[in-house]
Amino acid sequence: MKTDEPILAARHLSKQVSSPDGTLTIVDDVDFSVASGESLAIMGPSGAGKSTLLAMLAGLDIPSSGQVTMFGENLGELNEDGRAAVRSQRVGFVFQSFHLIPSLNALENVMLPLDLAGAKDARVRAVEALSRVGLTPRATHYPRQLSGGEQQRVAIARAFVTRPRLLFADEPTGNLDRATGARVIDLLFDANAAAGTTLILVTHDAALAGRCQRVLLLDAGRVVS
Amino acid sequence: MSSLRHAWVSFVRDSRSGELTVLLAAVVTAVAALSAVGFATSRMAQLVRSQAGVVLAADLRLESGRPLPADHPYIREARSRGLLSTGTISFSSVVFSGDASQLATVLVVEEPYPLRGKVRIADSPYGEAHDVERLPAPGEVWVEARLLTRLNALPGGLLSVGDRALRIAAVLDHRPDQGAGFTDLAPTVMVNRADLESLHLLVPGSRASWALLFSGGVDSIGSFSRWLRAHKSDAERQIEVAESSEQMQSAVDRADRFLNLAALVTVLLAAVAIAMSARQFAERKLDAVALMKCMGARHHFIVRSLLLEVVCAGCLAALAGVAVGFMAQAGIVFVLGSLFHQSLPQPSWMPVWVSLATTLIMLIGCASVPLLELGGVSPARVLRRQLAPVRLSFYVPYLLALLALTSTLYVLVRDARLLTYALVVIVVAAAVLYGAGRLLVSITGMLRGAGATAWRYGLANVARRGHESALQVVAFGLAFIVLLLLVIVRHDLLKEWQATIPVDAPNHFLVNIRPVDVDALGAFFEQHHIARPDFAPWVRGRLVAVSGQPMRDRMPTTVRGRGFAEREQNLSWSGAVPIDNAIVAGSWWDPLRPVAPSVSVAEEFQRELGLALGDTLTFDVAGEPVAVTLTSIRHVRWDGFRPNFFLLFSPGVLSAVTGTYMTSVHLDHHERALVGELVRAFPSVTIFDVEQLLEQIREVTDRAALAIELVFAFTLVAGVLVLLAVIRVTRDERSYESALLRTLGASRWMVLKGVAAEFIAIGVLAGVLGTSGAALAGWWLATQLFHLPYSFNPWLWTVGIVGGALLVGGAGVWSMRSVVNAPPISVLRGV
Repeated sequence: MKTDEPILAARHLSKQVSSPDGTLTIVDDVDFSVASGESLAIMGPSGAGKSTLLAMLAGLDIPSSGQVTMFGENLGELNEDGRAAVRSQRVGFVFQSFHLIPSLNALENVMLPLDLAGAKDARVRAVEALSRVGLTPRATHYPRQLSGGEQQRVAIARAFVTRPRLLFADEPTGNLDRATGARVIDLLFDANAAAGTTLILVTHDAALAGRCQRVLLLDAGRVVS
Repeated sequence: MSSLRHAWVSFVRDSRSGELTVLLAAVVTAVAALSAVGFATSRMAQLVRSQAGVVLAADLRLESGRPLPADHPYIREARSRGLLSTGTISFSSVVFSGDASQLATVLVVEEPYPLRGKVRIADSPYGEAHDVERLPAPGEVWVEARLLTRLNALPGGLLSVGDRALRIAAVLDHRPDQGAGFTDLAPTVMVNRADLESLHLLVPGSRASWALLFSGGVDSIGSFSRWLRAHKSDAERQIEVAESSEQMQSAVDRADRFLNLAALVTVLLAAVAIAMSARQFAERKLDAVALMKCMGARHHFIVRSLLLEVVCAGCLAALAGVAVGFMAQAGIVFVLGSLFHQSLPQPSWMPVWVSLATTLIMLIGCASVPLLELGGVSPARVLRRQLAPVRLSFYVPYLLALLALTSTLYVLVRDARLLTYALVVIVVAAAVLYGAGRLLVSITGMLRGAGATAWRYGLANVARRGHESALQVVAFGLAFIVLLLLVIVRHDLLKEWQATIPVDAPNHFLVNIRPVDVDALGAFFEQHHIARPDFAPWVRGRLVAVSGQPMRDRMPTTVRGRGFAEREQNLSWSGAVPIDNAIVAGSWWDPLRPVAPSVSVAEEFQRELGLALGDTLTFDVAGEPVAVTLTSIRHVRWDGFRPNFFLLFSPGVLSAVTGTYMTSVHLDHHERALVGELVRAFPSVTIFDVEQLLEQIREVTDRAALAIELVFAFTLVAGVLVLLAVIRVTRDERSYESALLRTLGASRWMVLKGVAAEFIAIGVLAGVLGTSGAALAGWWLATQLFHLPYSFNPWLWTVGIVGGALLVGGAGVWSMRSVVNAPPISVLRGV
């Protein structure tokens, strides 16, 4: 699945914010690209700027300078709606805190991205995605009725239900115990391999990072290796 | 996916999961209260109005100097509109009993007279009277007691009227349209229409007054009245309830204002509830919106579907609210059925549309701001939860909310003056409440170190959430103002209003008192242990010019104004401002010094004729021109039942004109026989028994007061529900902290005490502000709007502050108990 055309590229990416002590640089001149089908781990200690970098790469936040290209589109030239359109159906997310909508049950949470895209077979595809993560019996349960591991498996089903080309995962095991985390990661990598999705994974877990093809080590906002 | 479908799906899911519960409950409550108030108000207002129609014996009258035959086009038109009609003819004639003769007003009536009110008759002069459903039979007459006294006649005898000798079948005690205007000075003889021809009194060209009486539903009468006004000739006079009696008009006006106030207050409460729950709904949607943006949803799709979801919710909840409101008012009508003696008119559907429109306007006005802000949330919030949406500019939300509130209130109240006052009060009250709330919250912050742990924790919370606490104090304070205002209006203002017609209010007016009889008449009353009444001089005169401009060149366009300009008015003079009168513009003359010829006019007279202070008014008094300067304008309480005048002159101007005096006294039931004695002792004096009119106005006042109390009961329920809604809104903020505290080892009891401390502190602050606001608003309403005396009630403070603490504290603990009982982990996991 790997091609020479980068699916995602960051060029001299920086992010500064103002603070009471003056301007603070969170991400400093980051430059890399990711090819389609590749998996990349962004590692670093707390406060290294990993999540900020992820937000800019996904077009959720805008850089102070530099540019991000996703699927060949320069995100800096697009407004928020334009960036949303680029993400629509082609980008999936898995978050540390799961981000399931509390008013929707497991099945409806998985259906949400398909509903938003107007897919006619949303329910069928969501049922299938839930079964792939082994949660068919929990389909009608609400997030508050699910364990942390189950919530993250629903989030993985939701992330893959649109068969995205690019998946961003932000500390996906951060809120889980080691055993549950390991099972969730297996599931994530299996689904990734099955769908041939490009994976950008933010973690401070070296073992987890080691399962990716490449690792980008970040410290104080700069790429150190 | 279309935004409408997404909105509907979200609505179904959110309502199932309870996300929309608070908003739905607020809307259902608001609409239920509004429509119940609307239904009840419209039905009771119709009843009050038809009760007021009693003064005319109809809802609408047309009087003419020319015959109005039974097949007149007006009658055909009225019948085609489903209205009931009848006719009367009245003229003056000398009637005889034996050798005695008197000038009398012959009133010729036919079925179904009267269309409103009842005729009362008695078996003997000044005897016990009772209502009758019939009219004098052909060949019979009913005669007023004072006429019988002057003729020395009794029931059973014969009365010669024209060419006929008719049997006196009963004493005419009261007829609904005898009025209080003292224009029909001669006593009445009521004759059946079937006898008219045989009397041979009416020939072509006779001076008589033909009247057509109409009654029907409010809308039909309203449209027929407009039709009649457009088609009638200038010589014909159209009279409606509003023009019939100053006293009755005054009572109906006050009833309308009270009812409008009730509706206005309900809307205020509803606005608070909807605004609070809409903001909470938006707050709870923050994460979902950020997530949807992450998944590729666009801004306009999100905003549109959020607004549509709220509108969907609003529409369905509003329909449910209308159903609840309708059932509630049906319940009231059922309970009151026997009390009202007559069936209430059918409710109009107008309140449904008004409450639906009202609620949707309010919902969109109050919800659009948080929802638009919500649309602006950054998708990066999925990674950094502290990212809040950009708040819209300060003016936008308030202007939107104010616009929504203004349009809502206008639909309801349709009284620009009341609305302007209300808006000024709302804006000033909100600003003052917020400022005072912040100040009180800061002061509370200084006390945070004192007291037990629970108190320290509670007070620290109040201070830490400075802005939110102040907003809660404003919301609770506003609810308290409204609730306490209900107490004031219910206990004080309504009582004051009902007290405007005390049990010993004068029920007999004496007119045509010659100056030489004044002292003797005073002595007559003292002799019978009745307090000597004040005698007011009385002269008839017509306004002919204003500042040199003849009245025919400045004829007003309104019916009432034309009446003032064309007809002779009752003129009087006084050294001091009479009781029941208050100067609203200009100044009263100094009674101890000679003044230039001046006149003080009632505000109705000034308004209808467009007069200004300083104008020179020229009157024709007994053929002589009298010019006076307009120096003051008075507000007159007509329902005080004392002799009152539109026009009062300074002493000395009219004294030279030969006038008469008038006065009013209260005669108890057992003293009514005195009237006969008085008529014999002072044959020139004419006595009007206004007991019936007094009773009619008392009945309007009592029924309206009852209606208002009922409407207020709804408003009260709405207020309490709003209070609970506001507390529920704040529940989210506290549940996480409670869970955290319990995780750290605090007992449930300890957490509940902390919550209670916080809510009690907010309740006390809101109580202080609410009581101050309610006392001020009550004073303003009493003095400015209802023209009633007002005294500050110290109990209000106790009720407000202690009640505020107990109500908010209790409701807060009650609302938080489920949160505190739930395992902390479920709360923490849900964050």
